[in-house]
Amino acid sequence: MREVAERMNVPRALYTPFPVGRSLGKPGDKDFQHKVLQAAFGLLEEPEGPVIREFPVSISPIGGEPLVCALPPRMNTELHPAVDEAEALMAAYDRAYQKNKRTSIGMKISAEQVPEALGRFVRITEGEQWDEVGFPSESIYGTVHDIRCYYEELACELAEGPIGPWATEEWFYDKTEGGQLILKARRVMRDQGADQSIWFGLAPAGRE
Amino acid sequence: MSVFGKDETAIGKFAATMPVPEFGKGSFNRPKPLNLAKVAIVTTAALHQAGRDGFELGDSDFHYETLPRDARDLALGHHSVNFDRGGFAADINVVYPIDRLEELADNGSIGAVAENHYAFAGNQSATVSEIRLDSGPLCARQMLSEEVDIVLLTGT
Repeated sequence: MREVAERMNVPRALYTPFPVGRSLGKPGDKDFQHKVLQAAFGLLEEPEGPVIREFPVSISPIGGEPLVCALPPRMNTELHPAVDEAEALMAAYDRAYQKNKRTSIGMKISAEQVPEALGRFVRITEGEQWDEVGFPSESIYGTVHDIRCYYEELACELAEGPIGPWATEEWFYDKTEGGQLILKARRVMRDQGADQSIWFGLAPAGRE
Repeated sequence: MSVFGKDETAIGKFAATMPVPEFGKGSFNRPKPLNLAKVAIVTTAALHQAGRDGFELGDSDFHYETLPRDARDLALGHHSVNFDRGGFAADINVVYPIDRLEELADNGSIGAVAENHYAFAGNQSATVSEIRLDSGPLCARQMLSEEVDIVLLTGT
């Protein structure tokens, strides 16, 4: 944030007009990342400061290419589509994990628990109270965090082309059965009169 | 209502009005030449290694995590639902350019990659007093003891 750097009088800052969470601009683009670093290290040549330079390329957080990521066909029609989908995607998640050796899942549940956790959201959409399906109040937010991470991490394994700003978030909530289920459960919780502090954070502000 | 992270106008207003500590003229040092310097990364992406507790929700966790040079089993500790985690999921270098630093060391552009790098959580109190007075100086002393010459700060 350029305004913050200016007000705090930092000695050297490269303002990169990139979306939040993308300090180097483009994931998977070594050349672009090296250009950013070259510009940042170039500040060391400045004879005096404070100095703020702006990187000449900007990246908008909106309007990027949507994620191209195929979803599996139904495997077990006896399961809710979201649960079936999450189980069918487990192999893709495993490949992503084996390839990258890292995951941000684990705030409340493991990857293996994602289908079961989605099953609890199914029960909410079917009319059960959110606090009677096995979610302690302090865990539902973290559970959704982990479900979303599961989908976003495997999406990066399945996707064709670059991962644009917010592309995985939009794919999850707009395209997947799992994301649609979370949004539906969120609406049901709201309509059931659940405290806003419980349901609001299950999706980004602005999503219905 | 738009999603905060997608709304550049809202982000601009936030940046212009958020409280920040007031500083006078800061120090401006000339480090040793880049091709002789040892470089460390300090990120506010709240990264932590697998098996660590990571960072707490809210704005009161001012501790830092040590990221050994070779560690890639890193999790993103920004838990906000309004944070785009897709970039990091695809490539840790988009917030923590450790592989790029290794390449710069290999081609001689920088002198060396530090043995350790450090992560704070970007969500902090308005005064940032805890980091300014406690964990920040501690982290800086640690880097000095590791003979770090230049710190690359990546904010998220």
